[in-house]
Amino acid sequence: MGVSLSLIHIVGICFFSVSVEQIKNLHKRFEQLSGNEETISRENLENIPALANNPIRRQIIGAFFDKRNQHQNEVGSFEEIGFEQFLMVMSHFRPPTLKTTEEERETMRKEKLRFLFNMHDTDNDGTITLEEYRKAVEELLSKSGAIGQEAAKAIADAAMLEVASTNVPHMAPDDFYEGITFEHFEQILKGLKKESRLGDQPLEGVVLVKECLCCCCF
Amino acid sequence: VVAVCNISSQNRTRMGLNTGHGSSIKEVPIVTFKWHHVETPYLIALWILVAGLAKMVIEANHHVTNVIPESALLICFGFILGGMVWGADKVQTFTLTPTVFFFYLLPQIILDAGYFMPNKLFFGNMGAILIYAIIGTCWNAASLGLSLWGCHKGGAMGDLDIGLLQYLLFGSLMAAVDPVAVIAVFEQVHVNEVLFILVFGESLLNDGVTVVLFNVFDAFVSLGGSQIDAVEIIKGIISFFVVAFGGSLLGFVFGLLVSLLTRCTKNIQIIEPGFIFVLGYLAYLTAEMLSLSAILSIVFCGVCCQKYINANMDEKSVSTVRYTMKVLANGSETMIFVFLGISAIDKTIWVWNTGFILLTLLFIMVYRFIGVFFLTWILNRYRLVPIGFIDQVIMSYGGLRGAVAYGLAVMLDENKIKEKNLMISTTLIVVYFTVIFQGITMKPLVTWLKVKRAAVTELTLIEKVQNKVFDHVLVAIEDISGQIGHNYMRDKWNYFEEKWMSWALMKPSVRKSRDHVFSVFHQLNLKDAMSYVAEGERRGSLEFIRNESAFIDFKKKFGDEFSEAMPDIMANMSDDHGAASDRRRDPVPSVSLEMHEQTMKGMRETEDINTHHLLQQHLYKGRKQHRHRYSRSHFDVNKDENEVQEIFQRTMRSRLESFKSAKMGVAPPKTISKYSKKDQQQKMPNGKSLDRSKSYYSGDEDFEFSEGDSASGYDASGSTFPMRVTYRAGAGIENPAFMPDMDPMTPIQIPPWLMEAELDSGMVAPSQRAQVRLPWTPSNLRRLAPFRASAQSNDSFMLADAPATQQRDDEELPPPPSPPPPPSNRDGGYM
Repeated sequence: MGVSLSLIHIVGICFFSVSVEQIKNLHKRFEQLSGNEETISRENLENIPALANNPIRRQIIGAFFDKRNQHQNEVGSFEEIGFEQFLMVMSHFRPPTLKTTEEERETMRKEKLRFLFNMHDTDNDGTITLEEYRKAVEELLSKSGAIGQEAAKAIADAAMLEVASTNVPHMAPDDFYEGITFEHFEQILKGLKKESRLGDQPLEGVVLVKECLCCCCF
Repeated sequence: VVAVCNISSQNRTRMGLNTGHGSSIKEVPIVTFKWHHVETPYLIALWILVAGLAKMVIEANHHVTNVIPESALLICFGFILGGMVWGADKVQTFTLTPTVFFFYLLPQIILDAGYFMPNKLFFGNMGAILIYAIIGTCWNAASLGLSLWGCHKGGAMGDLDIGLLQYLLFGSLMAAVDPVAVIAVFEQVHVNEVLFILVFGESLLNDGVTVVLFNVFDAFVSLGGSQIDAVEIIKGIISFFVVAFGGSLLGFVFGLLVSLLTRCTKNIQIIEPGFIFVLGYLAYLTAEMLSLSAILSIVFCGVCCQKYINANMDEKSVSTVRYTMKVLANGSETMIFVFLGISAIDKTIWVWNTGFILLTLLFIMVYRFIGVFFLTWILNRYRLVPIGFIDQVIMSYGGLRGAVAYGLAVMLDENKIKEKNLMISTTLIVVYFTVIFQGITMKPLVTWLKVKRAAVTELTLIEKVQNKVFDHVLVAIEDISGQIGHNYMRDKWNYFEEKWMSWALMKPSVRKSRDHVFSVFHQLNLKDAMSYVAEGERRGSLEFIRNESAFIDFKKKFGDEFSEAMPDIMANMSDDHGAASDRRRDPVPSVSLEMHEQTMKGMRETEDINTHHLLQQHLYKGRKQHRHRYSRSHFDVNKDENEVQEIFQRTMRSRLESFKSAKMGVAPPKTISKYSKKDQQQKMPNGKSLDRSKSYYSGDEDFEFSEGDSASGYDASGSTFPMRVTYRAGAGIENPAFMPDMDPMTPIQIPPWLMEAELDSGMVAPSQRAQVRLPWTPSNLRRLAPFRASAQSNDSFMLADAPATQQRDDEELPPPPSPPPPPSNRDGGYM
């Protein structure tokens, strides 16, 4: 991987502003996950023990293999991804620094929102339909035990209604809200502030995914 | 307040005289004037009243408080009061004594701060807060003490009898930023939450630190300079950590105790809020007794227990705790500021030394800035989101000193520190300067620097859901990238907490309903319900129409769809009830009101008459004996909740019935049954008891009915023609889960765009639907239990409700397994 690694350095530094250090770390991790293979498959990710408790594990792993998250205008999904793709997905979560300009922050925020949106929009049609959203919420709440499917459904419905009523305040009687488009998604999450997302970075280790997606992104 | 402590001892002796059996009286006095008998408590009460009134007057002038913070105004008010007292007595009788301050005024403020602490935010920024609180405070103390000492040596302040250790002692008492002052000022400025939590958290924790430092240096001063060697210093440092962490740990233990205790206070609900205060106070006193940090102890007690007690206690108790907490804290805060003002008007404490005072002021400001900037610089190298320059300025400028410093200064021992009075007056000057001057300038500064303000955002469900999604994404990304980061830690902690702490400390009944998204959902539903009722009341009628412009069509059509779409239930019921089920196949809801704006006005008069009539007819009679029963242990015994609720529900039902028959010429409708009929059958062995027990429930059914009306009205309009989404998010009554006790009709509550899909999926599984009992109900169900138990109410109820029962007999519906949940309660209350 020596060759591509150096290439990726450049790519990484130029396009993702991910530091060399971080790329090295990620590459190490990539090799560890793939078992020193060139590519990584879904099973590799599914086998990460720490992920076992994550209710939306399926969606997140799916996002890694989603071509839409590769910044190329392709749809569909990969069977396996190489390090470049892996890095590309990871780069959605790079932290802003003091030097990041307001504009860059805005783009980063948009990227993250796009990532989330793609995660929910399973059929690639540019809208999150109610079925899709329900499914997502159901999955999200599936680990919390007490909330049954019905309640999850109700929550999804209510959330959908919120989007509908915010974005289309005056619906004609025959109108029909078919789903959340990305614009609506952006609109409704505009005010979303990640409370508490401004924590301290743990003092040990290099952290790529800083959690401050927050102040700029959420 | 109890600043009168110094005279209380004299009073007590006098009191003894007065209350003793006077041997010298000549005749039986009819009335006697016994001022001294009541003097102390009377004065305390008077002072509280005066302070309260002062706050009232100050708060009445909003244009003033917009410019000058309330705390500054209260201090000024204290000046005036103090002047008056001084003018009358020629001596300041009332000053803030350390005992009063530390034992009676401070604890509740700190407990309040801990209890309302935004935990996630607090622990998320714990590292920064700790660094500011510990290192920052030590830095402030050391730098101030050393610089003053240096200036002293340099001859800047004349002839003073203060040694290095005493300077350090003074520095340590001046070091801490005061939480009371900080909250008072920052609350009005609304800076962004991270900045707020940094300043606020720091001020809370460094109070603990400063008290510890103070004690250590106090001990050093007592030892005297010559006795101090390396061992003593190391001991001092060790004691610092033991005191601070011991105090925190003790608070944690007490927090767990409170949580455990509230697990089993179900039967003494009326005093359960008391436990929080008593145990919190005990945490404070215990720490004080063990010479641990009392402030840290009570902070952590509040922080730890908040989640569990809020979940464990009844909703009413929680509001009681919240309000009482606020009353106490706010009251104490007011008292503290007023007495800070009063204390100034005392000739005996004022010693002026320009050099000392001005240099102290200067050093405090300068070193605060230096400390904050330096520590932030270090922190920013490790923080994910660096603290910006402007935020640093505000943090530094927000270093207000307050009553803690004053309390400590008064505690100084005059024998050991000759210049105690100079220190007190300097402390007072610093406090006045920071609270008044910096307090006033803070707001313009924040505006001028364009500090990021706290965004006031409305709670929306989708945001919460997406937040949660994003949390999980972050954790997953960390997992995948193999780092152990902040998210990872939090996730693991949450998992542990969920699994063990909640298990140990929460009632089983509430444990499950603690999901965050769900609680938002719950809150939104509550809000909807409240606005719904409020709207109904505003319109001056018992009917609840949500939207002025939206007319409500209660279409029969809906009913048809309903029965068609629900062969399942029908089949169920026919199994259970045989022939009776045929009748149920009739259009079920028959809430066939066509109420349009125009017709409604005319209707209202008749309706009002009807309502009045029905109220008279159906109100409980002959139950007066319950009305004036007084109970110490039950709050609402005088207005039996069930009764009120039943009255409300029955009125609603009857009104709607008569309304309908009057307008439409339709026969009174049948109540819709919204319960799955399967499982209850066994519980009701014979028809007789069936009917009877049914009547107990009728209240609830009726209520549901009325709720169902509006719901179905909404639905029907949705099903006949797509609804118009005119509501604001959050206020949306169209929120499909608005009625938690949804019945089989619920499916139709689905927004129009999924009508078709819903009708299939939802309708066939009505029993599931009916079982959607939202998790927060259990606590409320308890309150409804008496329905079954109270025999009296049944009798009267049976009589009054004869027609209703009759009607329901026809349907032969078994009663629901459990009375429907809470909105009925609340809404009943609104009536």
